[in-house]
Amino acid sequence: MWFLTHTWILPALMALSFVLILLFGKRLPRKGSEIGVVAVAICFALSLVTAGSWWNHINSDHSESEHAAGETLGTGSAVAAEHLEEPDPAAFDDVQDGCSRVVDEGAVGEHTEEAGHSEGSDEEHSLALTPGENASGTAPPAAGASQAEEGEGHATTKPVVRCAQWFPMGLEGSTTITVGTMVDGQSVFMLFVVSIISLLVHIYSTDYVNGDRRYTHYFAFLSLFTASMLFFVLSQSTIQMIVGWELVGVCSFALIGHWWEEKPNSDAALKAFLTNRVGDMGLLIGMTVLYFAADRSFSILDINIMAAEGEISHGLLLLASCCLIAAVMSKSGQFILHTWLPDAMAGPTPVSALIHAATMVVAGIYLVARLYPVFFEGLSIAGSSVNLLAVVGATTAMFGAFLAFVQKDVKKVLAYSTVSQLGFMVTALGVGAWTAAMFHLFTHAMFKACLFLGAGSMSHACHHSFNMVDDYGGLRKIMPRTFWTFIIATGALAGIFPLSGFWSKDEILAGTGSFVGAEGANGTYHVMLAMLVIGAFGTAAYMTRAIWYCFFGEYRGHGEPHESGPRITIPLIVLASLGAVVGFLNLPKEIGPISFPESLHTQFEQFVEPVGRYFPEISHASFNIPLALFSLAVAGLGVLLPYLYYWKGGLAPLRNLSERNALARVGKTVLVNKYYFDWLYTDVITGFVKGPLARAANWFNAHVLDAIVNGVGKGAVLTGRFVYDNIDQEVVDGAVNAAGTTASETGGVLRHLQSGRIQQYAALFFAATALLAGVFVVAAG
Amino acid sequence: MIGTLALLAQQATEHSFDTPVNVVFYIVAAFMVFAAIRVVTTDNIVHAALWLIMVLAGVGLNFLLLQAEFVAITQVLVYLGAIVVLFLFGIMLTRAPLGRADDLDNNMKPIAAVVGVLLTAVIAFAVIRTFGDDRLTFEAYSGPMAEAGNNRTTALANEIFGPQLIPFEVLSVLLTAALIGAIVLARRD
Amino acid sequence: MLLNQFLLLAAILFSIGVYGVIVRRNGVLVLMSIELILNSVNINLIAFSTYHGLGGQVFALFVIAVAAAEVGVGLAIVLLIYRNRRSVDVDALDELKG
Repeated sequence: MWFLTHTWILPALMALSFVLILLFGKRLPRKGSEIGVVAVAICFALSLVTAGSWWNHINSDHSESEHAAGETLGTGSAVAAEHLEEPDPAAFDDVQDGCSRVVDEGAVGEHTEEAGHSEGSDEEHSLALTPGENASGTAPPAAGASQAEEGEGHATTKPVVRCAQWFPMGLEGSTTITVGTMVDGQSVFMLFVVSIISLLVHIYSTDYVNGDRRYTHYFAFLSLFTASMLFFVLSQSTIQMIVGWELVGVCSFALIGHWWEEKPNSDAALKAFLTNRVGDMGLLIGMTVLYFAADRSFSILDINIMAAEGEISHGLLLLASCCLIAAVMSKSGQFILHTWLPDAMAGPTPVSALIHAATMVVAGIYLVARLYPVFFEGLSIAGSSVNLLAVVGATTAMFGAFLAFVQKDVKKVLAYSTVSQLGFMVTALGVGAWTAAMFHLFTHAMFKACLFLGAGSMSHACHHSFNMVDDYGGLRKIMPRTFWTFIIATGALAGIFPLSGFWSKDEILAGTGSFVGAEGANGTYHVMLAMLVIGAFGTAAYMTRAIWYCFFGEYRGHGEPHESGPRITIPLIVLASLGAVVGFLNLPKEIGPISFPESLHTQFEQFVEPVGRYFPEISHASFNIPLALFSLAVAGLGVLLPYLYYWKGGLAPLRNLSERNALARVGKTVLVNKYYFDWLYTDVITGFVKGPLARAANWFNAHVLDAIVNGVGKGAVLTGRFVYDNIDQEVVDGAVNAAGTTASETGGVLRHLQSGRIQQYAALFFAATALLAGVFVVAAG
Repeated sequence: MIGTLALLAQQATEHSFDTPVNVVFYIVAAFMVFAAIRVVTTDNIVHAALWLIMVLAGVGLNFLLLQAEFVAITQVLVYLGAIVVLFLFGIMLTRAPLGRADDLDNNMKPIAAVVGVLLTAVIAFAVIRTFGDDRLTFEAYSGPMAEAGNNRTTALANEIFGPQLIPFEVLSVLLTAALIGAIVLARRD
Repeated sequence: MLLNQFLLLAAILFSIGVYGVIVRRNGVLVLMSIELILNSVNINLIAFSTYHGLGGQVFALFVIAVAAAEVGVGLAIVLLIYRNRRSVDVDALDELKG
């Protein structure tokens, strides 16, 4: 329990490591890498212990609620003491006071009723729910119902929430921004994923970037990234989430541009950063909407509870989820904001493995999963057959897989593969298969990190080239360890039984609930299933192609490649073994006639999935043997076709198809040009703003505005002249002259608006401000 | 003089007898407005700097009337002692005409006058309607002062080095940055 | 003493400062006018601090410090302009002209 309330140690440790590396790294014998490795190793150990504590926590929760109450830690020791005395049915007694308004209200009601201490006074602000009212159920009926239900000892997994006040906001501090940790299965498992991948990447990097001119700087940023990611994962409030989100973005920027002396690298870093800004607008707007929707609360727990219990209107939730989906699209590389992710491969390979495959890019997935009630209710996921999240995910899953097929660069193949696999996760969330998404995140982190590190190992051997078509080939015999680990990870990615990818992908496919005989899914997403199956086929195919180019045939590069050292191969072996076996963590309850004992099946689900007021009631698709066989067959076909094509030289009609068939040529051109997204962004949009739009604005400025201003003057003078010449001068002489000169002067004055003199602008500015303020002052009265 | 004024101000809050303070205020205020107008209209740069001293001193007196002695003293030290001297150096270093000069103003005097009057009118309207006849009570000082043993400066110090410590430290960083920036800008190279 | 008498004095000083900023051609004089504006804000801060606690006085002190920094940097810029163009005429700085 101590570890669950003190998880802040993990990010703090990594942040400390960052500072230490920056301060002393250069003077140490190993240039600071030892600090990073030790810190992340301790982090990993702590995350294991935390996972163990969480496991105990769930089990004790399930057995007896009294027990858990006794262990409550919090600053208010008096409150904890109250808890000790009577078995408290409150579902959230592990939530520290002040961290969640909704939970506090519930707790206050019971405390004051039973123990009569005066805790209520400082807790109930404007909400002013008196204890009696709350207990007797004027609180929203759903709240009462679920509380009562949980009180009877239903299985609930309680998040352990701790927070400290960051700063008060609003009049008289009506909203307090808190910073803290929210620990539940989801965050504990992410702690594990982040720390293990980070540890292996640290070890790998000590060899891979050895001798780099910014070696110390590199390790400092790895530490900072790990700290930020852990901070993000443990977020207790949405503000904290935004901070963590941006921090990982900055680290990603710095690490992509690690070798910034070369222009493409710094361009890629900038592209990643700027593309993410687009999505960040969505993030900010979405979080703001949620803040107001949840009655001015930043607490994730509050937002989730209110969304799950229907206290927030559907329209608001829809708006918030659409905005947040924009954020997911940029951070998690979903169409149409995915273009930065392949370019981000300009960074060092371990960075790609850590940040752009296993951890940072899943931040978007994590965000959706964290605020799942918002999306579940907002997008009406249950009982539906299409929604924005699923469409975005499925599109990405399918088209990303196509793109991976035409890449020459092995890292680009893996990057598009990541895009596609992230699409799988987003689809899973979109169709309500929450656990499947988390499970796929978990397995994907393992095997994709392994693939990236394997690609790094090959480039290490082949003179830092990633071009598998021109510089690789025949590495099977030269680099056996890299080869075998790569093969295993590929199998897992392609979804070959019984490797981990098979289980997680199958859960997602089943979760769409549209295959014949599907049971227990939330909706029926036929289109998504079809697109995902195509994506799965593509995955198997492009990975087989990559394997052919890398490991088979003749060596096409120059020099003598060699197997990498142990600091590179050991992480590979660890990740490949994990990628092979972690699929068994979430075995289904039964596969046809075989049913597994309780201690074996759905362990991951029990560990990770929250049960309680802050999570929607989602149902789980059951394992479907025909679907599993079908997806296996699809994957097999995806392996078989490239096998025939490359190894056996078969499928002759397909050879050079793009040179003979116009349709195929068009298709290939489109794919090679990445669906023209980059062209659209740089040439069309930016080019338009930079070129024609700016020129048009300039022209408009120079011709239209000036012409109007001058024309007013000149026209009026001319009119004046005309009138002067043609109408009786003696009658209207004075008037005409006055009109002419006034207009001329007006024109002259107006023309001076564009003088470039700052003081004139200042005069206009102050005048406009005064007028506007005047309007407001009058309007306010 | 400081003691006398502070005493007067204190009396003004404790009793309804505040005519002397008001008299002091209006004299000072009228002089300040006059001096300020001279700052922006005089055709002698050095005179403008000297009139600026008058305005700044008047502001300091206002601070005294508002029972903010420490700020008043800081005002005198920093503004009159340092900033005005800086201005005089600036005038000399840029070889500004030391006597009368005809080209100190541009041709926007009417617009600027309109803007100024407009601003005054809007602010005055808003202020008068919002605060009406609110009297200065100084009640907000009583709590911190009692805590600090009836010493206003101690109370202010408690405030700076308590709740406002971080802004204070940030400010010192800002000053350092400005110092370096000024050196970088002004040095010949 | 009324709160308003201080606020109104501050308003007048502020407007005079704005007038100076708009009208003056000499860079040093523009900076002086800005000092007028800053001082009027200080009067407001102190007047309101009698209602809301000592934070206002602390802020006035901060403004004084920032003003000192501003004058330092501002004069450095004016000096630089003078060195480059042999004049501190703000009117001549019309590179922004479209």
